Amino acid sequence: MDTISKEDIRKPENIVYKRTELLTDKVMSYCPGCGHGTAHRIIMEVLEEMGIQDKTIGIAPVGCSVLAYEFMNIDMQQAAHGRAPALATAVKRLNPDKFVFTYQGDGDLAAIGTAETIHACNRGENIVIIFINNGIYGMTGGQMAPTTLEGMKSSTSPYGRDIKSMGNPIKMTELVAQLPGTIYVTRQAVHTPANVRKAKKAVRKAFENQKLNKGLSFVEIVSNCNSGWKMTPNQANQWMVDNMFPFYPLGDIKVNED
Amino acid sequence: MSMKELRLMKGNEAFAEAAIRAGADGYFGYPITPQSEVMEYLMAEKPHERTGMIVLQAESEVAAINMVYGGASCGKRVMTSSSSPGMSLKQEGISYIAGAELPCVILNAVRGGPGLGTIQPSQSDYFQSTKGGGHGDYRLIVLAPSSVQEMADFAPLAFDLAFKYRNPVLILSDGAIGQMMEKVELQEQRPRFTEEEIRKNTPWATMGKTPDRERNIITSLNLDSHVQEEHNIHLQAKYREIEKNETRWETIQCDDAEYILVAYGTSARLSQKAVDIARAKGIKLGLLRPITLFPFPTQPIAELANRVKGILSVEMSAGQMVEDVRLAVGDKVKVAHFGRMGGIIPSPPEIVEALESKLIGG
Amino acid sequence: MTEEILIAGFGGQGVLSMGKILAYSGVMGNKEVSWMPSYGPEMRGGTANVTVIISDERISSPILSSYDTAIILNQQSMDKFEASVKPGGILIYDPNGITRHPSRKDINIYSIDAADEAAKMGMTKVFNMIILGGFLKIKPVVQPEFIHKGLEKSLPARHHNMIPENETAIEKGKDIIKPVFLLN
Repeated sequence: MDTISKEDIRKPENIVYKRTELLTDKVMSYCPGCGHGTAHRIIMEVLEEMGIQDKTIGIAPVGCSVLAYEFMNIDMQQAAHGRAPALATAVKRLNPDKFVFTYQGDGDLAAIGTAETIHACNRGENIVIIFINNGIYGMTGGQMAPTTLEGMKSSTSPYGRDIKSMGNPIKMTELVAQLPGTIYVTRQAVHTPANVRKAKKAVRKAFENQKLNKGLSFVEIVSNCNSGWKMTPNQANQWMVDNMFPFYPLGDIKVNED
Repeated sequence: MSMKELRLMKGNEAFAEAAIRAGADGYFGYPITPQSEVMEYLMAEKPHERTGMIVLQAESEVAAINMVYGGASCGKRVMTSSSSPGMSLKQEGISYIAGAELPCVILNAVRGGPGLGTIQPSQSDYFQSTKGGGHGDYRLIVLAPSSVQEMADFAPLAFDLAFKYRNPVLILSDGAIGQMMEKVELQEQRPRFTEEEIRKNTPWATMGKTPDRERNIITSLNLDSHVQEEHNIHLQAKYREIEKNETRWETIQCDDAEYILVAYGTSARLSQKAVDIARAKGIKLGLLRPITLFPFPTQPIAELANRVKGILSVEMSAGQMVEDVRLAVGDKVKVAHFGRMGGIIPSPPEIVEALESKLIGG
Repeated sequence: MTEEILIAGFGGQGVLSMGKILAYSGVMGNKEVSWMPSYGPEMRGGTANVTVIISDERISSPILSSYDTAIILNQQSMDKFEASVKPGGILIYDPNGITRHPSRKDINIYSIDAADEAAKMGMTKVFNMIILGGFLKIKPVVQPEFIHKGLEKSLPARHHNMIPENETAIEKGKDIIKPVFLLN
């Protein structure tokens, strides 16, 4: 039997899949099993497939994805905690021909940056907001997030989130869907290949909306945090399916085709 | 028609008009007395139709300064304005902008504090303005206009300095300078930067990664402390360079002076009158007016201290700039402070009385 | 020449706009000018005042504690500012609504029945122009042609049809101002 050399495998005609050029070679700082890496990949794939990488500016948050700019091979800005939608507002208004997105976690978007999120959505800024919701503060070591579920344990809710004293988990996505400025609001996940394909389609739709100057598209990705949740990656994904999805159901929440 | 134009304008309006003419790309603000005329003027003027400049009323001062951060990251000429309580909110964003070394222009029409304080003119934000303001080791270039003409002249100057040093420039004004009207000569319109100019002149700007260059990243984050310290050393070197090149001041009747007032902004105008009053009484008084507060005119004050009998720092505060005056003077001559607080503007005769009681008689 | 003028009265009497027309006229006449509206605690109680300085030289302080001329249009301002006129200076007032008339003997005092005259003319809005005319009669700090240009510059274009009425009112003010007490 003839052996196939590596060189043969790498011939363009033999390539069936390759990593997008828009991800750098830098080893990602995310924990094994974390959804961030997949979320990064699908966004970069969409930019590459649309051929808009040379006119896209991404805004990284504070949180685990603070270093998103290390992995995304496009022009990036790193915002103060919660302020990414404010940066994105100015970048887009000053450069209407560019593509602009923010990439934010739940602490960033749903707690400290609530005002910036709501008002960017309400003004209908022509940008894309990607919202990674894992119900916990990963980077600072597993503290309670605004999206932490009732009864869910974290380092600042060690006996489980008590609604009476700690408040309710907030559904930002449903909230912004009520605002007339949002054009497309959806909730996705990236824990299975099928979900990754759906999530990528949603991200594509969001950027297509921006291309057509339609307004603000908001894509929530419910994700896991196996480190923060103190689980193995598989356990975390199963826990997410069993507990997060019932409270944060997947699917389109608002699709305005006008 | 001549290209320059003479008008009677309020300081805040002159600043806004001059910013349009300076080729500003964007203004982001939140209303607060006594500087709301800036955004009101811009909104009424529709600069988008004149030059393409955009004007946006943000949801908060926090959002406004972060819009400035985003716009500045693209190499655009962007600006905001506020007053003391709003400036406190902006400090987070200013620290990031200083850390990421971005150019922008910020106007603070200072009002008396602390807290909500008063809406009346004050100079009690001197420390905040000249020593950093937010967290971390950084400095702003601080310009202190004392006339409507300077409110207009400092808009293009501030943008030019901001881009020259990749550093935020603060214009430290107050409600008196902002709301009084004086004759002002406006400069001709200069063009906004084109994308080609931005890509050429500010190659760090995030305008989209073209295949011919590496990606641009605007960040103030350096998790490696050695890298952060290198960055701090670089910033400090830049501030020393700014001190060397950009210190601005004016002296009035200092040549034969036996006593000197040091005052900026509104206080400098009052002090100028005080000089006239004192000289009519036979007191040889002069005025040194710092035009830049950072960098502070340490050297000229130190030189004056060699040949005068005393120096009075006149401020509408409890005495903030006087610390920098004392650092400049050392123990060469007596340095005293005179000021009113809470939005009270001292009268020129009061200044002369203070001079007599604190330095001449004292 | 430096003329330091205070105009003080109620909000709505056109105090600020009168000051602005005067200042703009100064600009047109190539003078240095400053216009500084009420500040500090004086803003309370519905009173409005403005300091206008017209000078051949660079103006030092736009904020003053004594004035060459005070134009006083209500009792509160009389109580507050009569003492602020420099000795030998001028106080001009409209006696309408004044219960305590000025009493200083070291300044020149003029009265002008501008409110009555404006009512007679059927144009209460030109009250402040009548006052301005009276002031210019006593202190011609700017030439009439510059006043015309000042009106053009400070009034919005839609009100330019009112300029003749304003100029008539200025002339009327020159006619009706009268001395109350004069130094020798």
